[in-house]
Amino acid sequence: MADESINKGRRRFLTASTAVIGGAGLVITAIPFVETWLPSARAESAGAPVTVAIGKIEPGQMVRYGWRSQPVFVVNRTPEQLEWLPKQDPRLRDPDSKESEQPKYCQNATRSIKPEWMVLIGICTHLGCVPDYKGEVKPESFDPNWKGGFYCPCHHSRYDIAARVYQGVPAPLNMVVPPYHFVDDSHIQIGVDPKGAA
Amino acid sequence: MRAFTQWFNERAPGLGVAYKKHMTEYYAPKNFNIMYYFGSLALLVLVNQIVTGIFLTMFYTPTAAGAFDSVQYIMRDVNWGWLVRYMHVTGASMFFIVVYLHMFRGLMYGSYKKPRELVWLLGMLIFLALMAEAFMGYVLPWGNMSFWGAKVIITLFSAVPVIGEQLVNWIMGSFVPSDPTLNRFFALHVVALPLVLLLLVVLHLGALHEVGSNNPDGVEIKKHKGPDGHPLDGIPFHPYYTLKDLVGVGVFLIICAIIIFFEPTVGGFFLEHDNSIPANDLVTPASIKPVWYFTPFYAILRMIPSKGFGVLALLLSIVVLFLVPWLDRGKVKSIRYRGLGYKIALTVFAIVFILLAAIGDDLTPGWIVAIFGANADITTIENLFGRTLVVLYFGFFAFLWAYTFFGWEKTKPVPERVTTHA
Repeated sequence: MADESINKGRRRFLTASTAVIGGAGLVITAIPFVETWLPSARAESAGAPVTVAIGKIEPGQMVRYGWRSQPVFVVNRTPEQLEWLPKQDPRLRDPDSKESEQPKYCQNATRSIKPEWMVLIGICTHLGCVPDYKGEVKPESFDPNWKGGFYCPCHHSRYDIAARVYQGVPAPLNMVVPPYHFVDDSHIQIGVDPKGAA
Repeated sequence: MRAFTQWFNERAPGLGVAYKKHMTEYYAPKNFNIMYYFGSLALLVLVNQIVTGIFLTMFYTPTAAGAFDSVQYIMRDVNWGWLVRYMHVTGASMFFIVVYLHMFRGLMYGSYKKPRELVWLLGMLIFLALMAEAFMGYVLPWGNMSFWGAKVIITLFSAVPVIGEQLVNWIMGSFVPSDPTLNRFFALHVVALPLVLLLLVVLHLGALHEVGSNNPDGVEIKKHKGPDGHPLDGIPFHPYYTLKDLVGVGVFLIICAIIIFFEPTVGGFFLEHDNSIPANDLVTPASIKPVWYFTPFYAILRMIPSKGFGVLALLLSIVVLFLVPWLDRGKVKSIRYRGLGYKIALTVFAIVFILLAAIGDDLTPGWIVAIFGANADITTIENLFGRTLVVLYFGFFAFLWAYTFFGWEKTKPVPERVTTHA
């Protein structure tokens, strides 16, 4: 007959190895379930580029477009608005856009390809609200020294006319500039870099 | 009938024992006061939410294209649909009122102290699950506040270092709240979280019945037992407290009925006006704020001028509640016999909580204009006021620890038995 004494070491080894292998199996099985939550192929393909006509936007005016279900703001900036731009630097959190997100070709003083055309994703970098366009250079209730820009109604974050965030507001970064390029003088394609600038 | 009962008990012996243990032979202190209604009322609201929720599910469409219309269909075309939905909506807000009072009762009478730490922890887990459940339920009608509320809350996770952005897209299943988000929230709201809630409620009650209920005097009734082995100051839960609780249920249901039939939106607090507008991903509502029950925590987030620290403070404001049993080193449970410092601190804490709710609900700009005139610098005054409140909120817990740890508290003698015995 078999030996009736209990081999405790062997029993512990078997218990532990069963638990480890079973646990590993559970973790591996969990991966597909966790990954079902990632953006699906359909959601990914909804992110295709869009071409929009900007020829009819008057100076000082802003028009919203949709790209990847996000609001893209296009502003035809006036010389007055551009003139105030460098003077805002001391009041800004990230005046040179070092921390902020934009394509390399837009990391410049105006955050744009052509100085008058500002293209940005109109989503506040605090918690994702859509800021209002307050383009006029005039005192506003939230800022007596307002020189035109964007104002978020959710938590009062303020941005200048190049979507650079002011100090002392909850938003941490400048608003994002999407990749875009000029198809011709009155059309831009959002979502595609200019040729040779990838 | 007796034969059937015997037949049944021979085959399922545990049920009769469990009924006795938790109902007819669960001895609860006989000096419960009005603050002890809210546990059973929370259970009642949970049942209401489950029953009305099941019926809403029968008519609701969980798609971004159909959700808003299906809620309007429930409100206008489904027979009694408006009643079922208003019961569910009112129930959600009443759930939080009842739970906040229930938690406040715990703070008043030291119900979180040894040996009831686990009861408190399980209760806090219920509170967390309830917040998740309420948030996801709020997203389902797919109104404009649903959409933007979902966006703002999910974006909180982008404050997580390194993986923040991917985490946000993982939760949404897309780059903005859309069909995948709505579908998974629906699944979690109607299946997963209710199961979690029910399990936690069972554990909460199980843990409570193991150690026994606390009471307004904060004395342990198990210390003095009669010759029959039952606590001298205890009475069986059934029928004594079931009947007492029925009185509370009656009053509570009258209040709920008044709300449901006369003022179901409660002036935009229970049902926000901006949520009667369909979701629009290009237009933000003028003032984004969560439903009233989240506003104290939301105000803490808003008053911190940094995204990372704001989210951290929000998280900490809830985590710190879990730690209360270990922050409070005082041996005296009930506020009746605790030091003056504790009485003042708890009162201030309750007022701070309500004022934070007012800030989170965007009521303060109106107050500031009323007090300081139309030219007042609203942002500065609100920040000053709000940040003071945030400091006081966390200050309560710091004070609670220091007050009891350094032995500054001068307590009164605690009686041996509950004070209402004849």
